[in-house]
Amino acid sequence: MIVAAASANATAAFLEVGTVALALAMLSRIAGRFGFTAIPLYLLAGLAVGKGGLIPLDVSHDFIALVAEIGVLLLLLTLGLEYSADELRHGLRTGLSSGAVDATLNFVPGFLAGLVLGWHPSVAVLLGGVTWVSSSGIISKVLADLDRLGNRETPAILNLLVLEDLAMAVFLPVASALVIGRNVADTITTIVVAFAAVVTILGLALRMSGRLSAFLDKGNDESLLLAVFGLTLVVGGLAQRLEVSAAIGAFLVGLALSGPVQHRAGTLIGPLRDLFAAVFFVFFSFQIDPSDLRGALVPAAALAVIGTATKVATGWFAGRASGIGSAGRLRAGTTLAARGEFSIVIASLGVTHEDGVHLGAVAAGFVLLTALVSPLATRAVASRRVSGVGVSS
Amino acid sequence: MPDIKETLLPGVGVRHEFTTAGGERLSLLTHRSGRRELAVYDRDDPDRCRTVLHLSGEDTTALGDLLGVNQVSETVRGAQQLQGLAIDWLTLPTTSRFAGATIADGEFRTKTGASIVAIVRDETTIPAPEPTTSFRADDVIVAVGTPQGLELLRTLLGS
Repeated sequence: MIVAAASANATAAFLEVGTVALALAMLSRIAGRFGFTAIPLYLLAGLAVGKGGLIPLDVSHDFIALVAEIGVLLLLLTLGLEYSADELRHGLRTGLSSGAVDATLNFVPGFLAGLVLGWHPSVAVLLGGVTWVSSSGIISKVLADLDRLGNRETPAILNLLVLEDLAMAVFLPVASALVIGRNVADTITTIVVAFAAVVTILGLALRMSGRLSAFLDKGNDESLLLAVFGLTLVVGGLAQRLEVSAAIGAFLVGLALSGPVQHRAGTLIGPLRDLFAAVFFVFFSFQIDPSDLRGALVPAAALAVIGTATKVATGWFAGRASGIGSAGRLRAGTTLAARGEFSIVIASLGVTHEDGVHLGAVAAGFVLLTALVSPLATRAVASRRVSGVGVSS
Repeated sequence: MPDIKETLLPGVGVRHEFTTAGGERLSLLTHRSGRRELAVYDRDDPDRCRTVLHLSGEDTTALGDLLGVNQVSETVRGAQQLQGLAIDWLTLPTTSRFAGATIADGEFRTKTGASIVAIVRDETTIPAPEPTTSFRADDVIVAVGTPQGLELLRTLLGS
Protein backbone atom coordinates (compact mmCIF):
# COMPACT_ATOMS: atom_id res chain seq x y z
CA MET A 1 0.00 0.00 0.00
CA ILE A 2 1.32 3.39 -0.96
CA VAL A 3 0.16 5.03 2.25
CA ALA A 4 2.04 2.53 4.37
CA ALA A 5 5.13 3.00 2.22
CA ALA A 6 5.45 6.61 3.29
CA SER A 7 8.55 6.53 5.44
CA ALA A 8 8.76 7.83 8.96
CA ASN A 9 10.82 10.71 7.56
CA ALA A 10 8.10 11.70 5.13
CA THR A 11 5.54 11.56 7.91
CA ALA A 12 7.63 13.89 10.06
CA ALA A 13 8.18 16.21 7.09
CA PHE A 14 4.44 16.33 6.34
CA LEU A 15 3.76 17.39 9.89
CA GLU A 16 6.51 20.02 9.93
CA VAL A 17 5.81 21.51 6.51
CA GLY A 18 2.07 21.39 7.08
CA THR A 19 2.35 23.15 10.42
CA VAL A 20 4.57 25.85 8.92
CA ALA A 21 2.11 26.34 6.02
CA LEU A 22 -0.81 26.65 8.43
CA ALA A 23 1.09 29.17 10.51
CA LEU A 24 1.86 31.19 7.36
CA ALA A 25 -1.79 31.07 6.35
CA MET A 26 -2.69 32.63 9.68
CA LEU A 27 0.02 35.29 9.36
CA SER A 28 -1.11 36.15 5.83
CA ARG A 29 -4.65 36.55 7.13
CA ILE A 30 -3.53 38.80 9.97
CA ALA A 31 -1.47 40.88 7.52
CA GLY A 32 -4.48 41.14 5.21
CA ARG A 33 -6.72 42.26 8.04
CA PHE A 34 -4.43 45.20 8.72
CA GLY A 35 -3.79 45.90 5.05
CA PHE A 36 -0.11 44.92 5.24
CA THR A 37 2.04 42.66 3.17
CA ALA A 38 2.79 39.37 4.90
CA ILE A 39 6.52 39.36 4.01
CA PRO A 40 7.73 40.84 7.35
CA LEU A 41 5.61 38.31 9.24
CA TYR A 42 7.01 35.45 7.14
CA LEU A 43 10.52 36.61 8.01
CA LEU A 44 9.62 36.64 11.71
CA ALA A 45 8.12 33.17 11.35
CA GLY A 46 11.41 31.98 9.84
CA LEU A 47 13.29 33.28 12.86
CA ALA A 48 10.91 31.43 15.15
CA VAL A 49 11.52 28.06 13.50
CA GLY A 50 15.21 28.63 12.70
CA LYS A 51 18.46 28.02 14.51
CA GLY A 52 18.02 28.57 18.22
CA GLY A 53 14.41 29.54 17.56
CA LEU A 54 11.30 28.34 19.34
CA ILE A 55 10.39 25.34 17.19
CA PRO A 56 13.41 23.95 15.33
CA LEU A 57 12.69 22.07 12.08
CA ASP A 58 15.08 19.31 11.17
CA VAL A 59 13.67 16.59 8.93
CA SER A 60 12.20 18.84 6.27
CA HIS A 61 15.24 21.12 5.98
CA ASP A 62 16.42 19.88 2.56
CA PHE A 63 12.94 19.87 1.11
CA ILE A 64 12.27 23.41 2.32
CA ALA A 65 15.64 24.55 0.95
CA LEU A 66 14.74 23.32 -2.54
CA VAL A 67 11.25 24.81 -2.40
CA ALA A 68 12.79 28.13 -1.31
CA GLU A 69 15.16 28.07 -4.32
CA ILE A 70 12.20 27.50 -6.64
CA GLY A 71 10.47 30.38 -4.85
CA VAL A 72 13.27 32.74 -5.91
CA LEU A 73 12.98 31.58 -9.52
CA LEU A 74 9.22 32.12 -9.55
CA LEU A 75 9.57 35.57 -7.96
CA LEU A 76 11.97 36.60 -10.71
CA LEU A 77 9.86 34.94 -13.40
CA THR A 78 6.81 36.96 -12.41
CA LEU A 79 8.93 40.11 -12.22
CA GLY A 80 9.94 39.48 -15.83
CA LEU A 81 6.35 38.69 -16.79
CA GLU A 82 5.06 41.88 -15.27
CA TYR A 83 6.14 44.24 -18.00
CA SER A 84 5.87 44.01 -21.76
CA ALA A 85 8.78 44.90 -24.04
CA ASP A 86 6.94 48.11 -24.98
CA GLU A 87 6.64 49.14 -21.35
CA LEU A 88 10.34 48.46 -20.79
CA ARG A 89 11.26 50.59 -23.83
CA HIS A 90 8.89 53.36 -22.73
CA GLY A 91 10.35 53.30 -19.21
CA LEU A 92 13.87 53.55 -20.60
CA ARG A 93 12.95 56.51 -22.79
CA THR A 94 11.07 58.58 -20.24
CA GLY A 95 12.48 57.95 -16.79
CA LEU A 96 16.19 57.47 -17.23
CA SER A 97 17.23 60.47 -15.14
CA SER A 98 14.89 59.49 -12.29
CA GLY A 99 16.24 55.95 -12.54
CA ALA A 100 19.81 57.20 -12.24
CA VAL A 101 18.91 59.32 -9.20
CA ASP A 102 17.16 56.30 -7.68
CA ALA A 103 20.19 54.06 -8.23
CA THR A 104 22.70 56.56 -6.86
CA LEU A 105 20.74 57.75 -3.83
CA ASN A 106 19.70 54.29 -2.73
CA PHE A 107 22.61 52.05 -3.69
CA VAL A 108 25.33 54.20 -2.11
CA PRO A 109 24.03 54.17 1.52
CA GLY A 110 23.87 50.38 1.61
CA PHE A 111 27.25 49.96 -0.07
CA LEU A 112 28.94 52.41 2.32
CA ALA A 113 27.24 50.82 5.32
CA GLY A 114 28.63 47.45 4.23
CA LEU A 115 32.14 48.87 4.04
CA VAL A 116 31.77 50.61 7.41
CA LEU A 117 30.67 47.31 8.93
CA GLY A 118 33.97 45.90 7.69
CA TRP A 119 32.48 43.44 5.21
CA HIS A 120 34.10 42.22 2.04
CA PRO A 121 33.39 44.79 -0.75
CA SER A 122 31.42 42.22 -2.79
CA VAL A 123 29.03 41.74 0.13
CA ALA A 124 28.83 45.51 0.56
CA VAL A 125 27.71 45.67 -3.10
CA LEU A 126 24.91 43.23 -2.24
CA LEU A 127 23.82 45.44 0.68
CA GLY A 128 23.78 48.35 -1.78
CA GLY A 129 21.39 46.30 -3.90
CA VAL A 130 19.26 45.53 -0.85
CA THR A 131 18.78 49.24 -0.08
CA TRP A 132 18.35 50.16 -3.76
CA VAL A 133 15.43 48.07 -4.95
CA SER A 134 11.90 48.97 -3.91
CA SER A 135 9.36 46.20 -3.50
CA SER A 136 7.06 46.14 -6.52
CA GLY A 137 4.89 43.62 -4.66
CA ILE A 138 4.29 45.87 -1.65
CA ILE A 139 3.99 49.01 -3.75
CA SER A 140 1.41 47.68 -6.18
CA LYS A 141 -0.62 46.41 -3.24
CA VAL A 142 -0.41 49.75 -1.41
CA LEU A 143 -1.36 51.69 -4.55
CA ALA A 144 -4.39 49.46 -5.17
CA ASP A 145 -5.48 49.41 -1.51
CA LEU A 146 -5.30 53.19 -1.17
CA ASP A 147 -7.01 53.72 -4.56
CA ARG A 148 -4.00 55.54 -5.89
CA LEU A 149 -3.62 53.79 -9.25
CA GLY A 150 -5.40 56.69 -10.90
CA ASN A 151 -3.27 59.32 -9.19
CA ARG A 152 -1.05 61.40 -11.41
CA GLU A 153 2.15 60.54 -9.51
CA THR A 154 1.55 56.81 -10.03
CA PRO A 155 3.12 56.53 -13.52
CA ALA A 156 6.31 58.07 -12.10
CA ILE A 157 6.37 55.39 -9.37
CA LEU A 158 5.67 52.56 -11.78
CA ASN A 159 8.30 53.76 -14.26
CA LEU A 160 10.90 53.71 -11.50
CA LEU A 161 9.93 50.13 -10.69
CA VAL A 162 10.33 49.21 -14.36
CA LEU A 163 13.81 50.72 -14.46
CA GLU A 164 14.87 48.98 -11.25
CA ASP A 165 13.58 45.83 -12.83
CA LEU A 166 15.78 46.31 -15.90
CA ALA A 167 18.74 47.32 -13.77
CA MET A 168 18.44 43.99 -11.94
CA ALA A 169 19.18 42.17 -15.20
CA VAL A 170 22.63 43.75 -15.04
CA PHE A 171 23.08 43.97 -11.28
CA LEU A 172 22.24 40.38 -10.31
CA PRO A 173 24.78 38.63 -12.55
CA VAL A 174 27.52 41.13 -11.69
CA ALA A 175 26.83 40.92 -7.96
CA SER A 176 26.72 37.14 -7.95
CA ALA A 177 29.95 36.99 -9.97
CA LEU A 178 31.61 39.33 -7.46
CA VAL A 179 30.55 37.11 -4.57
CA ILE A 180 31.71 33.90 -6.26
CA GLY A 181 34.95 35.45 -7.59
CA ARG A 182 38.09 34.11 -5.95
CA ASN A 183 40.53 36.57 -7.54
CA VAL A 184 40.38 39.47 -9.98
CA ALA A 185 40.93 37.39 -13.13
CA ASP A 186 38.30 34.84 -12.06
CA THR A 187 35.79 37.56 -11.24
CA ILE A 188 36.29 39.28 -14.58
CA THR A 189 35.88 35.95 -16.40
CA THR A 190 32.70 35.21 -14.47
CA ILE A 191 31.29 38.66 -15.19
CA VAL A 192 32.11 38.35 -18.90
CA VAL A 193 30.54 34.89 -19.05
CA ALA A 194 27.55 36.20 -17.13
CA PHE A 195 27.06 39.10 -19.52
CA ALA A 196 27.55 36.94 -22.58
CA ALA A 197 24.96 34.52 -21.22
CA VAL A 198 22.50 37.30 -20.37
CA VAL A 199 22.89 38.93 -23.78
CA THR A 200 22.60 35.59 -25.59
CA ILE A 201 19.53 34.47 -23.67
CA LEU A 202 17.95 37.91 -23.94
CA GLY A 203 18.70 38.13 -27.67
CA LEU A 204 17.30 34.64 -28.26
CA ALA A 205 14.37 35.40 -26.01
CA LEU A 206 13.44 38.59 -27.84
CA ARG A 207 13.94 37.04 -31.28
CA MET A 208 11.94 33.94 -30.46
CA SER A 209 9.56 35.78 -28.18
CA GLY A 210 6.75 36.00 -30.73
CA ARG A 211 6.96 32.40 -31.90
CA LEU A 212 7.50 30.98 -28.42
CA SER A 213 4.61 32.98 -26.99
CA ALA A 214 2.31 32.06 -29.87
CA PHE A 215 3.27 28.38 -29.53
CA LEU A 216 2.66 28.33 -25.78
CA ASP A 217 -0.59 30.26 -26.09
CA LYS A 218 -2.23 27.45 -28.06
CA GLY A 219 -2.13 24.98 -25.19
CA ASN A 220 -4.66 24.71 -22.39
CA ASP A 221 -4.01 26.25 -18.96
CA GLU A 222 -2.59 23.08 -17.49
CA SER A 223 -0.01 22.57 -20.22
CA LEU A 224 0.87 26.28 -20.18
CA LEU A 225 1.46 26.21 -16.42
CA LEU A 226 3.70 23.15 -16.71
CA ALA A 227 5.54 24.52 -19.74
CA VAL A 228 6.31 27.87 -18.09
CA PHE A 229 7.29 26.22 -14.81
CA GLY A 230 9.53 23.73 -16.60
CA LEU A 231 11.08 26.34 -18.87
CA THR A 232 11.87 28.53 -15.85
CA LEU A 233 13.60 25.71 -14.00
CA VAL A 234 15.54 24.50 -17.06
CA VAL A 235 16.76 27.98 -18.08
CA GLY A 236 17.49 28.79 -14.42
CA GLY A 237 19.48 25.58 -14.07
CA LEU A 238 21.45 26.25 -17.26
CA ALA A 239 22.20 29.80 -16.12
CA GLN A 240 23.39 28.47 -12.77
CA ARG A 241 25.65 25.99 -14.55
CA LEU A 242 27.28 28.96 -16.32
CA GLU A 243 27.71 30.56 -12.90
CA VAL A 244 25.17 33.22 -13.84
CA SER A 245 22.57 33.21 -11.09
CA ALA A 246 19.59 30.95 -11.79
CA ALA A 247 17.36 33.86 -10.82
CA ILE A 248 18.51 35.77 -13.91
CA GLY A 249 17.59 32.83 -16.14
CA ALA A 250 14.10 32.82 -14.67
CA PHE A 251 13.83 36.58 -15.08
CA LEU A 252 14.75 36.31 -18.77
CA VAL A 253 12.11 33.63 -19.32
CA GLY A 254 9.57 36.09 -17.91
CA LEU A 255 10.80 38.84 -20.23
CA ALA A 256 10.66 36.51 -23.25
CA LEU A 257 6.96 35.78 -22.88
CA SER A 258 4.80 38.46 -24.41
CA GLY A 259 1.31 39.17 -25.65
CA PRO A 260 -1.74 37.23 -24.44
CA VAL A 261 0.36 34.35 -23.11
CA GLN A 262 2.21 36.77 -20.82
CA HIS A 263 -1.00 37.63 -18.98
CA ARG A 264 -2.25 34.04 -18.94
CA ALA A 265 1.05 32.79 -17.55
CA GLY A 266 1.06 35.58 -14.96
CA THR A 267 -2.37 34.59 -13.67
CA LEU A 268 -1.52 30.89 -13.66
CA ILE A 269 1.87 31.21 -11.98
CA GLY A 270 0.65 33.75 -9.39
CA PRO A 271 -0.71 31.27 -6.83
CA LEU A 272 2.24 28.93 -7.32
CA ARG A 273 4.62 31.84 -6.76
CA ASP A 274 2.83 32.88 -3.58
CA LEU A 275 3.23 29.37 -2.20
CA PHE A 276 6.90 28.92 -3.07
CA ALA A 277 7.89 32.51 -2.27
CA ALA A 278 6.34 32.31 1.20
CA VAL A 279 8.59 29.32 1.86
CA PHE A 280 11.55 31.28 0.50
CA PHE A 281 11.00 34.15 2.95
CA VAL A 282 10.62 31.76 5.87
CA PHE A 283 13.70 29.82 4.84
CA PHE A 284 15.75 32.98 4.41
CA SER A 285 15.32 34.11 7.99
CA PHE A 286 15.32 30.45 9.10
CA GLN A 287 19.04 30.47 8.31
CA ILE A 288 19.67 33.58 10.42
CA ASP A 289 20.96 33.02 13.91
CA PRO A 290 18.87 35.19 16.26
CA SER A 291 22.08 36.19 18.02
CA ASP A 292 23.29 37.68 14.69
CA LEU A 293 20.05 39.59 14.41
CA ARG A 294 20.63 41.33 17.72
CA GLY A 295 23.95 42.66 16.42
CA ALA A 296 22.29 43.68 13.16
CA LEU A 297 19.52 45.64 14.80
CA VAL A 298 21.34 48.99 15.01
CA PRO A 299 22.73 48.97 11.45
CA ALA A 300 19.38 47.77 10.09
CA ALA A 301 17.47 50.52 11.90
CA ALA A 302 19.96 53.20 10.83
CA LEU A 303 19.78 52.00 7.23
CA ALA A 304 15.98 51.95 7.38
CA VAL A 305 15.95 55.62 8.42
CA ILE A 306 18.49 56.62 5.76
CA GLY A 307 16.92 54.37 3.12
CA THR A 308 13.49 55.85 3.75
CA ALA A 309 14.87 59.37 3.47
CA THR A 310 16.69 58.61 0.21
CA LYS A 311 13.60 56.99 -1.31
CA VAL A 312 11.48 60.00 -0.30
CA ALA A 313 14.07 62.18 -2.04
CA THR A 314 13.91 59.90 -5.09
CA GLY A 315 10.12 60.14 -5.17
CA TRP A 316 10.35 63.91 -4.77
CA PHE A 317 12.75 64.14 -7.71
CA ALA A 318 10.78 61.75 -9.95
CA GLY A 319 7.52 63.53 -9.09
CA ARG A 320 8.94 66.94 -9.84
CA ALA A 321 10.26 65.67 -13.17
CA SER A 322 6.70 64.71 -14.14
CA GLY A 323 5.20 67.99 -12.93
CA ILE A 324 3.58 66.62 -9.77
CA GLY A 325 2.76 68.89 -6.81
CA SER A 326 4.48 68.57 -3.44
CA ALA A 327 1.77 66.38 -1.85
CA GLY A 328 2.00 63.94 -4.75
CA ARG A 329 5.79 63.91 -4.57
CA LEU A 330 5.64 63.00 -0.87
CA ARG A 331 3.12 60.26 -1.62
CA ALA A 332 5.45 58.89 -4.31
CA GLY A 333 8.51 58.96 -2.04
CA THR A 334 6.87 57.34 0.97
CA THR A 335 5.35 54.64 -1.24
CA LEU A 336 8.71 53.86 -2.85
CA ALA A 337 10.40 53.43 0.55
CA ALA A 338 9.09 49.86 0.91
CA ARG A 339 11.71 47.19 0.28
CA GLY A 340 10.74 43.57 0.15
CA GLU A 341 11.07 40.45 -1.93
CA PHE A 342 13.95 41.55 -4.18
CA SER A 343 16.05 42.91 -1.36
CA ILE A 344 15.79 39.46 0.20
CA VAL A 345 16.60 37.78 -3.13
CA ILE A 346 19.74 39.94 -3.44
CA ALA A 347 20.78 39.26 0.15
CA SER A 348 20.33 35.52 -0.42
CA LEU A 349 23.05 35.65 -3.12
CA GLY A 350 25.51 36.22 -0.30
CA VAL A 351 24.73 33.13 1.78
CA THR A 352 27.83 31.32 0.56
CA HIS A 353 30.11 34.17 1.66
CA GLU A 354 31.46 34.32 5.20
CA ASP A 355 30.05 37.85 5.68
CA GLY A 356 26.77 36.60 4.22
CA VAL A 357 25.27 35.68 7.59
CA HIS A 358 25.65 39.27 8.77
CA LEU A 359 24.27 40.55 5.48
CA GLY A 360 21.26 38.25 5.87
CA ALA A 361 20.54 39.55 9.35
CA VAL A 362 20.89 43.24 8.38
CA ALA A 363 18.80 42.75 5.22
CA ALA A 364 16.05 40.95 7.15
CA GLY A 365 15.90 43.72 9.74
CA PHE A 366 16.01 46.44 7.07
CA VAL A 367 13.22 44.85 5.01
CA LEU A 368 11.11 44.22 8.13
CA LEU A 369 11.33 47.89 9.10
CA THR A 370 10.85 49.51 5.69
CA ALA A 371 8.07 47.11 4.65
CA LEU A 372 6.13 48.06 7.79
CA VAL A 373 6.98 51.77 7.97
CA SER A 374 6.50 52.74 4.32
CA PRO A 375 2.80 51.81 3.98
CA LEU A 376 2.12 53.52 7.33
CA ALA A 377 4.06 56.63 6.30
CA THR A 378 2.31 56.94 2.97
CA ARG A 379 -1.09 56.61 4.67
CA ALA A 380 -0.06 59.28 7.19
CA VAL A 381 1.03 61.67 4.43
CA ALA A 382 -2.37 61.29 2.80
CA SER A 383 -4.42 61.80 5.95
CA ARG A 384 -2.39 64.85 6.93
CA ARG A 385 -3.21 66.33 3.56
CA VAL A 386 -6.91 65.63 3.96
CA SER A 387 -7.01 67.33 7.39
CA GLY A 388 -5.01 70.21 5.91
CA VAL A 389 -7.73 70.72 3.32
CA GLY A 390 -10.32 70.66 6.10
CA VAL A 391 -8.59 73.52 7.88
CA SER A 392 -8.16 75.66 4.80
CA SER A 393 -11.70 75.30 3.48
CA MET B 1 -14.56 66.86 -27.87
CA PRO B 2 -12.13 67.40 -24.97
CA ASP B 3 -8.47 66.52 -25.34
CA ILE B 4 -7.92 62.97 -24.11
CA LYS B 5 -4.51 62.21 -22.66
CA GLU B 6 -3.27 58.64 -22.63
CA THR B 7 -0.75 57.38 -20.04
CA LEU B 8 0.80 53.93 -19.94
CA LEU B 9 0.89 52.38 -16.46
CA PRO B 10 3.51 49.62 -16.63
CA GLY B 11 2.26 46.37 -15.18
CA VAL B 12 -1.23 47.79 -14.63
CA GLY B 13 -2.83 49.03 -17.83
CA VAL B 14 -3.66 52.29 -19.57
CA ARG B 15 -5.15 55.50 -18.22
CA HIS B 16 -7.10 58.07 -20.20
CA GLU B 17 -7.90 61.44 -18.73
CA PHE B 18 -9.60 64.66 -19.72
CA THR B 19 -11.15 67.75 -18.21
CA THR B 20 -14.92 67.99 -18.44
CA ALA B 21 -16.74 71.09 -19.66
CA GLY B 22 -17.51 71.84 -16.00
CA GLY B 23 -13.80 71.83 -15.15
CA GLU B 24 -13.66 68.45 -13.35
CA ARG B 25 -10.72 66.26 -14.24
CA LEU B 26 -11.81 62.74 -15.04
CA SER B 27 -9.80 59.60 -15.65
CA LEU B 28 -10.52 56.09 -16.77
CA LEU B 29 -8.01 53.41 -15.86
CA THR B 30 -8.31 50.21 -17.85
CA HIS B 31 -6.60 47.28 -16.15
CA ARG B 32 -5.10 44.55 -18.30
CA SER B 33 -7.73 42.24 -16.88
CA GLY B 34 -10.43 44.48 -18.37
CA ARG B 35 -11.49 45.79 -14.96
CA ARG B 36 -11.84 49.58 -15.00
CA GLU B 37 -11.52 52.40 -12.50
CA LEU B 38 -13.33 55.65 -13.11
CA ALA B 39 -11.89 58.47 -11.05
CA VAL B 40 -12.49 62.16 -10.39
CA TYR B 41 -9.52 64.26 -9.30
CA ASP B 42 -9.34 66.45 -6.24
CA ARG B 43 -9.63 70.15 -7.04
CA ASP B 44 -7.15 71.13 -4.32
CA ASP B 45 -4.60 68.44 -5.18
CA PRO B 46 -4.96 67.74 -8.89
CA ASP B 47 -2.65 64.71 -8.62
CA ARG B 48 -4.96 62.83 -6.26
CA CYS B 49 -8.14 60.90 -7.06
CA ARG B 50 -11.01 62.16 -4.95
CA THR B 51 -13.50 59.46 -5.86
CA VAL B 52 -12.76 56.13 -7.47
CA LEU B 53 -15.41 53.82 -8.92
CA HIS B 54 -14.36 50.22 -9.45
CA LEU B 55 -16.12 48.71 -12.45
CA SER B 56 -16.15 45.07 -13.48
CA GLY B 57 -16.31 44.17 -17.17
CA GLU B 58 -20.09 43.87 -16.96
CA ASP B 59 -20.43 47.17 -15.10
CA THR B 60 -18.45 48.83 -17.86
CA THR B 61 -20.68 47.37 -20.56
CA ALA B 62 -23.79 48.52 -18.68
CA LEU B 63 -22.41 52.02 -18.15
CA GLY B 64 -21.22 52.19 -21.75
CA ASP B 65 -24.68 51.25 -23.00
CA LEU B 66 -26.28 53.88 -20.76
CA LEU B 67 -23.92 56.51 -22.04
CA GLY B 68 -24.55 55.37 -25.61
CA VAL B 69 -20.92 55.06 -26.54
CA ASN B 70 -20.68 51.32 -27.01
CA GLN B 71 -17.86 51.07 -29.53
CA VAL B 72 -19.30 48.18 -31.48
CA SER B 73 -22.76 49.76 -31.75
CA GLU B 74 -21.14 52.96 -32.99
CA THR B 75 -19.42 50.90 -35.68
CA VAL B 76 -22.73 49.27 -36.59
CA ARG B 77 -24.41 52.63 -36.94
CA GLY B 78 -21.56 53.87 -39.09
CA ALA B 79 -21.63 50.75 -41.24
CA GLN B 80 -25.40 50.72 -41.71
CA GLN B 81 -25.29 54.13 -43.29
CA LEU B 82 -23.48 52.61 -46.24
CA GLN B 83 -25.80 50.78 -48.59
CA GLY B 84 -25.08 47.15 -49.29
CA LEU B 85 -22.62 46.90 -46.40
CA ALA B 86 -23.45 44.52 -43.55
CA ILE B 87 -21.84 43.74 -40.23
CA ASP B 88 -21.95 40.41 -38.49
CA TRP B 89 -20.80 38.75 -35.28
CA LEU B 90 -19.44 35.27 -35.92
CA THR B 91 -18.44 32.92 -33.11
CA LEU B 92 -15.44 30.78 -33.97
CA PRO B 93 -16.45 27.16 -33.32
CA THR B 94 -14.12 25.06 -31.17
CA THR B 95 -13.81 22.66 -34.07
CA SER B 96 -12.73 25.34 -36.55
CA ARG B 97 -9.40 24.76 -38.21
CA PHE B 98 -8.68 28.46 -37.75
CA ALA B 99 -8.52 28.28 -33.94
CA GLY B 100 -4.90 29.20 -33.29
CA ALA B 101 -4.32 30.46 -36.84
CA THR B 102 -3.69 34.12 -37.64
CA ILE B 103 -5.96 36.37 -39.70
CA ALA B 104 -3.36 36.38 -42.48
CA ASP B 105 -3.30 32.56 -42.51
CA GLY B 106 -6.96 32.45 -43.44
CA GLU B 107 -6.73 34.90 -46.38
CA PHE B 108 -10.32 35.80 -45.52
CA ARG B 109 -10.46 39.08 -47.36
CA THR B 110 -9.13 37.55 -50.57
CA LYS B 111 -11.58 34.69 -50.35
CA THR B 112 -14.73 36.47 -49.11
CA GLY B 113 -14.22 40.21 -49.57
CA ALA B 114 -15.22 40.69 -45.91
CA SER B 115 -12.94 42.49 -43.45
CA ILE B 116 -12.45 41.48 -39.84
CA VAL B 117 -12.75 44.71 -37.87
CA ALA B 118 -12.66 43.41 -34.29
CA ILE B 119 -12.32 40.29 -32.18
CA VAL B 120 -14.25 40.04 -28.93
CA ARG B 121 -12.52 37.65 -26.55
CA ASP B 122 -14.11 37.05 -23.13
CA GLU B 123 -14.39 40.55 -21.65
CA THR B 124 -11.91 42.24 -23.95
CA THR B 125 -12.20 43.59 -27.45
CA ILE B 126 -9.36 43.67 -29.95
CA PRO B 127 -10.38 46.48 -32.30
CA ALA B 128 -8.79 46.61 -35.77
CA PRO B 129 -6.74 43.41 -35.26
CA GLU B 130 -3.42 43.04 -37.05
CA PRO B 131 -3.04 40.35 -39.76
CA THR B 132 -0.73 38.59 -37.30
CA THR B 133 -3.43 38.39 -34.60
CA SER B 134 -4.34 34.77 -33.96
CA PHE B 135 -7.81 33.44 -33.26
CA ARG B 136 -8.80 31.33 -30.31
CA ALA B 137 -11.79 29.04 -30.11
CA ASP B 138 -14.95 30.85 -28.98
CA ASP B 139 -13.68 34.23 -30.19
CA VAL B 140 -16.46 36.45 -31.48
CA ILE B 141 -15.31 37.85 -34.80
CA VAL B 142 -16.83 41.13 -35.91
CA ALA B 143 -16.69 41.41 -39.70
CA VAL B 144 -17.88 43.94 -42.27
CA GLY B 145 -18.66 43.09 -45.88
CA THR B 146 -21.43 42.33 -48.35
CA PRO B 147 -24.14 39.96 -47.04
CA GLN B 148 -22.87 37.26 -49.43
CA GLY B 149 -19.26 37.83 -48.34
CA LEU B 150 -20.24 37.47 -44.69
CA GLU B 151 -22.11 34.25 -45.44
CA LEU B 152 -18.99 32.91 -47.17
CA LEU B 153 -16.91 33.92 -44.18
CA ARG B 154 -19.29 32.17 -41.78
CA THR B 155 -19.02 28.93 -43.78
CA LEU B 156 -15.23 29.23 -44.02
CA LEU B 157 -14.77 29.84 -40.29
CA GLY B 158 -17.01 26.92 -39.46
CA SER B 159 -14.98 24.50 -41.54
